[in-house]
Amino acid sequence: MKYTEEHEWLNPEGDLIVVGITEHAATQLGDIVFVELPEVGTEVSKEDEVVVIESVKAASDILAPLDGEIVEVNEALADNPGAVNDDPMGEGWFFKIKPSDASQMEAYMSEQEYLDLIG
Amino acid sequence: MSDLEELPLAALHRGLGAKMVPFAGYEMPVQYTAGVMKEHLHTREAAGLFDVSHMGQVILRGADYATIAAAFESLVPVDAIGLKDGRQRYGFFTNEAGGILDDLMFANRGDHLFVVVNAACKAADIAHMTANLPGIKVEEITGRSLLALQGPAAEAALAKLAPEVAEMTFMDVRDVTLAGVTCWVSRSGYTGEDGYEISVPDAQAEELARALLADESVLPIGLGARDSLRLEAGLCLYGHDIDETTSPIEAGLIWAIQKARRAGGAREGGFPGAERILREIAEGPARKRVGLRPEGRAPMREGVALFADADSTETIGTITSGAFGPTLGAPMSMGYVPADMAAPGTALSGELRGKRAPLTVDSLPFVPANFKR
Repeated sequence: MKYTEEHEWLNPEGDLIVVGITEHAATQLGDIVFVELPEVGTEVSKEDEVVVIESVKAASDILAPLDGEIVEVNEALADNPGAVNDDPMGEGWFFKIKPSDASQMEAYMSEQEYLDLIG
Repeated sequence: MSDLEELPLAALHRGLGAKMVPFAGYEMPVQYTAGVMKEHLHTREAAGLFDVSHMGQVILRGADYATIAAAFESLVPVDAIGLKDGRQRYGFFTNEAGGILDDLMFANRGDHLFVVVNAACKAADIAHMTANLPGIKVEEITGRSLLALQGPAAEAALAKLAPEVAEMTFMDVRDVTLAGVTCWVSRSGYTGEDGYEISVPDAQAEELARALLADESVLPIGLGARDSLRLEAGLCLYGHDIDETTSPIEAGLIWAIQKARRAGGAREGGFPGAERILREIAEGPARKRVGLRPEGRAPMREGVALFADADSTETIGTITSGAFGPTLGAPMSMGYVPADMAAPGTALSGELRGKRAPLTVDSLPFVPANFKR
């Protein structure tokens, strides 16, 4: 598992990477009421805006952490966006990406480095 | 720390787990540990306690109430003279262009008139009244906190401390002894729910707040839920849904202008901007504030541009407030649209993150009011 400074977690699953946001981020965002996910098959570049999260407070963007293709999205969030608050590291995942350059993962933080970041 | 003012109850808020944010020059609780969604729903189901001490409390004094009210009517298009002792009314200061300088609540308190104004406007409002109410003493009340207890369980919770509050009906005001001290209590609020607003001396504010929070039906509620509650109730937020450019008629606040101040009334006109406001009452305004319901779950917030349809390039209006309605279970917005597009059911289009999305004009409030009339 790797972490980004944008408070995303990246969990390898075979040759795919599952992406979500951390509990810290979910808490900061507050109650999440809507998640706009990318379409399956979308080719994204690192730092493209791929997900919009609407909380009771504001809209926030999630950036693609890697170059690659979106191969699956968490359709269950359409009816239950609160899963991002309830289980951000599990049921609240956003999408699975097939990276075109898996070495991009190496730039991201370990869990300990992330925990140090959020203090 | 910054130059933000601290509320007398700031320590209580922090102890309750509040997240404090700057608002109108004050450090205010935006939410507590329950979070905005739960706080909102709890207020509609039971009761919520809000600290709104940032708001301005002002007393106007003069020879007698009728004298004060007659002077006050020169600044507001509202019937103040006809307001009975122990009653409160909604109103607004207008400018010469017929726009709104601030909205407010005022009460006939027997020998004086009590006004509550918005925090961000209070300095300007006090200057406005001081300059334009000759012979009237304008007294800013600085030593009192303002608490709002809102929700269907508010009556039972407050009546445990003072049974007589149960006798009050919507917009009644009276002196009530709470926490051993005289409080100024009105049966009113900003949530669409039954409830009370309580002006309490700062020295007793914490004791009263703790006594109310000790009731199991009462939770502390922050500004976040206050905003979603008032929006579901279709109530305007000054500086957003109404401002110096919006007339009360455009804003759908004609109900607050009693017959005495309208054309043919006993005291027709005689307030700033009367020419525009009376004309708009007669002819209808060019644009109107409406409720809007976006399709799907994505909120359309303040600033979203509105169009007649998905392909039109001409902006016809703008959203002035928007959020997800926890009780409504859907996103909701308010905004201004041309009068011929203001009928409930009218399909419109809004531009959200560069894409057009459909929304429909809806009647206000989004959630029915629950007042004790």
